[in-house]
Amino acid sequence: MNILVCISQVPDTTTRVAVGTDGSSINPAGVKFILNPYDEFAIEEGLRLREKSGGTVTTVTVGPDTSKEVLRTALAMGSDTAVFVKDESRSDSFVVASSIADLAKEITPDVILFGRQSIDFDSFALPSMVGELLGWPNISMVSSLTIEGTQVSAERDIEGGKESVSATLPCVISAQKGLNDPRYPKLPDIMKAKSKPIADRVATVVEPRVVTLSMTLPVSKRLNNIMTDSDADIDQLVRLLHEEAKVI
Amino acid sequence: MFTLQLSETHEMIRDTARQFARDEVAPSSIERDKNGEFPTEIIKKLGELGFLGMMVSPEWGGSGLDALSYVLAMEEISAVDASVGVILSVNNSLICWSLETFGTDAQKEKWLRPLAVGQIHGAFCLSEPEAGSDATSQHTLAEKVDGGWSLNGTKNWITNGTTASTYLVMAQTNRELRHRGISCFIIERNTPGFEPGLKEDKLGIRSSDTCSIGLTNVFVPDDQVLGDVGQGFKIAMESLNGGRIGIAAQALGIAKGSFDAALLYSTQRKAFGKPISDLQAIQLKLAEMATRLEAARVLVYRAANLKDQHRNYIMAAAQAKLLASQAAVQNALEAIQVHGGYGYVREYLVERYLRDAKITEIYEGTSEIQHIVIAREILKAVS
Ligand SMILES: Cc1cc2nc3c(=O)[nH]c(=O)nc-3n(C[C@H](O)[C@H](O)[C@H](O)COP(=O)(O)OP(=O)(O)OC[C@H]3O[C@@H](n4cnc5c(N)ncnc54)[C@H](O)[C@@H]3O)c2cc1C
Repeated sequence: MNILVCISQVPDTTTRVAVGTDGSSINPAGVKFILNPYDEFAIEEGLRLREKSGGTVTTVTVGPDTSKEVLRTALAMGSDTAVFVKDESRSDSFVVASSIADLAKEITPDVILFGRQSIDFDSFALPSMVGELLGWPNISMVSSLTIEGTQVSAERDIEGGKESVSATLPCVISAQKGLNDPRYPKLPDIMKAKSKPIADRVATVVEPRVVTLSMTLPVSKRLNNIMTDSDADIDQLVRLLHEEAKVI
Repeated sequence: MFTLQLSETHEMIRDTARQFARDEVAPSSIERDKNGEFPTEIIKKLGELGFLGMMVSPEWGGSGLDALSYVLAMEEISAVDASVGVILSVNNSLICWSLETFGTDAQKEKWLRPLAVGQIHGAFCLSEPEAGSDATSQHTLAEKVDGGWSLNGTKNWITNGTTASTYLVMAQTNRELRHRGISCFIIERNTPGFEPGLKEDKLGIRSSDTCSIGLTNVFVPDDQVLGDVGQGFKIAMESLNGGRIGIAAQALGIAKGSFDAALLYSTQRKAFGKPISDLQAIQLKLAEMATRLEAARVLVYRAANLKDQHRNYIMAAAQAKLLASQAAVQNALEAIQVHGGYGYVREYLVERYLRDAKITEIYEGTSEIQHIVIAREILKAVS
């Protein structure tokens, strides 16, 4: 079974992000980037599918030069090959999905795995778009997966419970937390990953469908509720503490 | 000039160690400390990932990494649990290094390989009840017998002593030659007459097992002498030179763990209506802790870097250990102060950091001995 795993780089959750000078992107200076946590489940699942049924695992990322690093992590975890699609434009999901779909048309994987979302932009759009562009079934938020021959059975997390679904290969899967327990890369494999080749690929050129106008950081607002020691204010304060703050 | 840029590989090793420490080591650290329980599962997993033979060549099953990778891993693991740190340090710096440097191919195949892949771990037996800083005065005797040696004596303070499978034991083979008459023996755990004693009940690093070992007519075949007969003291001293880099990195980790805990707590704890990190008295502590930590880090990375470049690192390793162990103790003390009463109870970790920190000023050469090593190297250069 040939497996394509799509991964991305996201700012570390402990990093403080700042908006770039163009007002519509993140300023990457000083930001520590990590592998998108949900993608770890996708990589692990890819490796397990390969261990069970043979084949190869290819990992791809679409992004700026710095995002190449996550491919090394995937290679260290055991991915066979890696493809880097350089795209400095930080465009919308449709642009990224087009590049991935074009790669898939070329290398014809049996299954494409994603993390359920990237924790930076949270668009949740990529797996479905790639499925649509390829005309393949797409199963999202998968927490349990079995593939026998071309038969895919999966469990999905839905509000308040689980849903069992089936489909046939080729298909697109997005991984939910709990799908597996991702492995740590072994130290000798980290060393070996250094010398595994990463293939460079040109991004597909399409018009973005969604344009980011601006980005802003949340501002903390003061309510400017100033109370005096007048009886009316004290009553008001008691009411607010009781009804709004719900502390008394 | 010392400049250092971590490579992508170094960063990945550090991040892997950090993630492992946070997810696999931290959850059980308080309980293991309280009960003096060895981290069996954690060491097994670390072994599988290649952390027990980090610098051993892949030819012998090791990870083939440099000393800088090793200190990065030691720092991250020890920042969460210094007991796990010392178990790694002994196996990597003292056991694997000695076997790889002085062993025959047959010895490496038999003992280094299982140690490097982490199937088993080892212990290093130099200290005795009456030979600590003065390691030359070995009382354990090895007498020549047919086909090997017969060992009698007592070893003290042996890290990994109750859990190891392979031991490197120093013993006197020729008293007249004094330290040139000390030899190093490879001894397996279940050898008749080789008896690890009860675990010591320690102040800190309580999850690491330390014990004394009795040797009564222990027969060791000739092919289990490591290096030449009479080379034992040299093996011990040279491995301890490298071992100090490992312990310095352990101390660095404690200094970092203490600082991180203090910084986080200071921004969360409120007093007089604002976070205590707004108070200048606390800011001064944070600034001093951060500076001490960074100074220790520079010396530790520098010592590792010199070793990687095959340059003389004896003084650099001693300086790194001296400074980093002070930084560990001072940062742990200050971290408790920043925590106030909460720092005095187990739940908030920093009291353990202080108990763990103290050992780094004692083993693999006390701070007093590091001064002697450093002074000797300085004076060697001018005389
Ligand atoms: C938890 C733990 C784990 C250990 N693990 C191991 C291990 O795995 N293998 C092993 O072989 N050993 C191990 N040791 C032993 C450790 O290395 C020794 O305790 C250490 O070298 C000090 O020796 P000592 O305890 O005999 O103290 P002593 O040598 O008696 O020293 C007592 C004091 O005198 C000072 N002193 C001694 N000589 C001088 C001098 N010439 N100049 C100035 N001051 C001096 C010392 O610095 C110290 O302050 C361990 C010890 C502990 C506590």
